[in-house]
Amino acid sequence: MATYYEDKDLSKFGSVGEEAPALWEKFTAYYGAVFAEGALTAREKAIIALAVAEAVQCPYCIDSYTQDCLSKGVTEEQMTEATHVAAAIRGGATLAHGLQMKNVVKKLAL
Amino acid sequence: MSVPQFASAIADKSLTETGDIQTLQINLGRLCNLSCKHCHLSAGPEKREMMTRGAVDACLSLLREREFATADITGGSPEMHPEFRRLVSEARPLCARLIVRSNLTLLTEPGYDDLPEFFASRAVEVCASLPHYTKAADKTRGDGVFSRSIAALQKLNALGYGRGGLTLNLVFNPGGAFLPPSQAQIEKEYRAALERDSGVVFNGLLTITNNPLGRFGEFLERSGNMESYLEKLYNAFNPATLVGMMCRSQISVGPDGSLYDCDFNQAAGLPIEGATIFSPSAATGARKIRFGQHCYACTAGQGSSCGGAIKE
Repeated sequence: MATYYEDKDLSKFGSVGEEAPALWEKFTAYYGAVFAEGALTAREKAIIALAVAEAVQCPYCIDSYTQDCLSKGVTEEQMTEATHVAAAIRGGATLAHGLQMKNVVKKLAL
Repeated sequence: MSVPQFASAIADKSLTETGDIQTLQINLGRLCNLSCKHCHLSAGPEKREMMTRGAVDACLSLLREREFATADITGGSPEMHPEFRRLVSEARPLCARLIVRSNLTLLTEPGYDDLPEFFASRAVEVCASLPHYTKAADKTRGDGVFSRSIAALQKLNALGYGRGGLTLNLVFNPGGAFLPPSQAQIEKEYRAALERDSGVVFNGLLTITNNPLGRFGEFLERSGNMESYLEKLYNAFNPATLVGMMCRSQISVGPDGSLYDCDFNQAAGLPIEGATIFSPSAATGARKIRFGQHCYACTAGQGSSCGGAIKE
């Protein structure tokens, strides 16, 4: 295998359901319902999906939701701000875990 | 993946012929004060193709002889043609609706800045390019274009465009090799942002899919996106849009007097055979439409035409 990630593999996503079609069907139905227009617009959901995709570092999802954002009229400036939201939460979460470090230090150190 | 020939994608063969012809679209030339990256005609300041006075007269004759509901004047920047004001003035009483496709920025330039009043005095419908409601539009059209466009829109609004009896429609084009958003959705965003940021109002927003020809086609080739863009258009093929394709209800006149099914066929070099503006009879009745792969741009998703989405 040349690389672990191939962009052409994205079109084969459905093959993941081959050995468990009932579960796959439930997942796709749920996925479709999640991204439908609701209290949040489909556009807002696409921006959230892009930020989450970057945070969980899924190259397929980043590709898909960047394209989805573009086709929903989201500008590069807006996508960049979403990227910073993901970065801030990841960075903030790392720093918040510093509290665990501090708790351990407080318990053990003189 | 190979994309099938467009004509083979049309199951109902009656849709490969024109229906009732309602619009005469007149392309006065490729001269434009801008060089937009998405332009399918590669219009720009260096272009010199302009319709002759004789061809302009022939357009007026056709408007007099045959009833068209709409005359649609485009370019390039049609306002830069020396016969533009005469054409508008003489064509206006000949059809219920006269549209001028403007890039807006020209309306702020010396020698053209009285055009908003000229349009208002003749109840011209203005159809104006504004690819985004923020300065992101400058990426497609050039630095400073957005702010000049807003100034022109404010002047049009002050004359009653977009709020009274004078119609002002805006045109959205995607900023790259992807499809436009839902026309209704992006119109809401435009309306809220333009009114909030600059007090601009308008009647409707038309989304137009970028056509893989001209300067946009060159971008697709240069960036290696042509094949994937055609696949994207084909994968989004929506048969429900076929009946509303603009080629079925219009004649498009090129600067040299050649006739076409649409402005995109002008860019593709696919004229209606056996007719020109000087001898148009073969084009004014039912005729076979000439198709190419670029036609997938008009039938993808919600569809696309000079009047915006075909099927929301």
